[in-house]
Amino acid sequence: MATIKADLGACQGYANCVVGAEDYFDIDDDGVVVTLKAEVPDADRKRVEEAARSCPVSALMVLD
Amino acid sequence: MSTVVIVGASVGGIKTAQALRLEGFSGEIVLIDSESVAAYDKPPLSKAYLKHGAVSDEIALMTQDEIDGLDARFERGSAAQSLDVTSRTVTLESGKVVPYDTLVIATGSRARRSPWGEGPGMHVLRTSADAERLRSELAPGRRLLIVGAGFIGAEVAATALAHGVHVTMVDPLPAPMSRVLNEDVGNIFAAKHRREGIETVFGHTVATVERDSEGFVVELSNGDTLRADGVLVGIGAIVNTEWLEDSGLVLENGVMCGPGLHALGADDIFAVGDVARWKSNARDEVLRLEHWTNAVDQAKTVAHNIVHPDDLVDYETVEYVWSDQYDWKIQVVGRTGSSDFQLLGDPAADRFAVLYSAEDGSLMGAVVVNWPRALVSSRRAVASRRSASELGVELNATLGTAPASPQR
Repeated sequence: MATIKADLGACQGYANCVVGAEDYFDIDDDGVVVTLKAEVPDADRKRVEEAARSCPVSALMVLD
Repeated sequence: MSTVVIVGASVGGIKTAQALRLEGFSGEIVLIDSESVAAYDKPPLSKAYLKHGAVSDEIALMTQDEIDGLDARFERGSAAQSLDVTSRTVTLESGKVVPYDTLVIATGSRARRSPWGEGPGMHVLRTSADAERLRSELAPGRRLLIVGAGFIGAEVAATALAHGVHVTMVDPLPAPMSRVLNEDVGNIFAAKHRREGIETVFGHTVATVERDSEGFVVELSNGDTLRADGVLVGIGAIVNTEWLEDSGLVLENGVMCGPGLHALGADDIFAVGDVARWKSNARDEVLRLEHWTNAVDQAKTVAHNIVHPDDLVDYETVEYVWSDQYDWKIQVVGRTGSSDFQLLGDPAADRFAVLYSAEDGSLMGAVVVNWPRALVSSRRAVASRRSASELGVELNATLGTAPASPQR
């Protein structure tokens, strides 16, 4: 199953990932991404990958 | 196997190519770009890139793995010159003819040129070459005049100040970004610029800019004269649609598109990003947005509509744009600027939000500074048309302050 890799140092809290897949991502009070689920079933793959791609600073990757 | 040709390899074009592959498109993808350098991201140019310089990797839109995985052919260094919708070909300035089955127009926009000519010391900021040129002139003690207090002007002001440059900012509006945020909220940003040490001249224009042996002599409409070593002109952008003028496509300050981002009258042509003007069914208005996130979201819609012609979707969005100025991370959501707004938090404490209400009391837009929770809540609330006052109470509680008083 694919997994999400978040670069917490790169994250700037833009929250595009939250808008794209709020069941997988949130932003904490310091403005850093929180991954709500680490594993991505195939059914969600495209949606989560699109959410990751919408990050302005490329802080998220979906890896096989 | 069909061929998708994408004209423009900035964020809109690249993200469309990536989204096509994610949708399972297995045909050929050709990306045409006038710039000969690898695709790079533009928002950092007025921010970190201008501040520190950066190796090009840091602003690259794709890693080498992503470029390899994209399996696209790049045609770089020659701009598209014309489009023939009948023969389905794009002709490049080099004379090369590129045939397509589906065309995506992503040629974006360019900086509006300085009304005072070009040459040493005169700057606009749109490309990495512009940023390099400007950065080479940012040195302690130099004097920079910034014309236009929008996002580009304000970001350059903050960055130049960090280089020890003496900055004067001029804008004909009474407060920065007041057309977008309204004048009262714009004044919060004006105060920040002054607090940081920028000389601001708002509500006046630049009358003349003359060169002499020591730089520029600038006369303002209020009668003041000032000297500058450099001038940055940030007065907006112009869409790159000249190459389409003889194509027969409908151009109205952008490529006119239907709700699914098809160019009007052309099932095999789409537009994304700054260049796309589209009719939103949900909002019953015609929109064009020059925002990074808009380009990315439109790319998804266009890729979907190319791969699934039997399941066309409309493009709908909540506007989102950000700006980094000094120690402020500024984020603007939805439609801002209405006179019915509330201020939460304290701008002097560098954390606040302004919530703008629609006539029915729902949140129509927000500007958020250094407040991540308010950003996430506002983006959700605009999409769901939640009550602005209800959100205000909730956010105030998290701030640990008394409820903010309504501004008007």
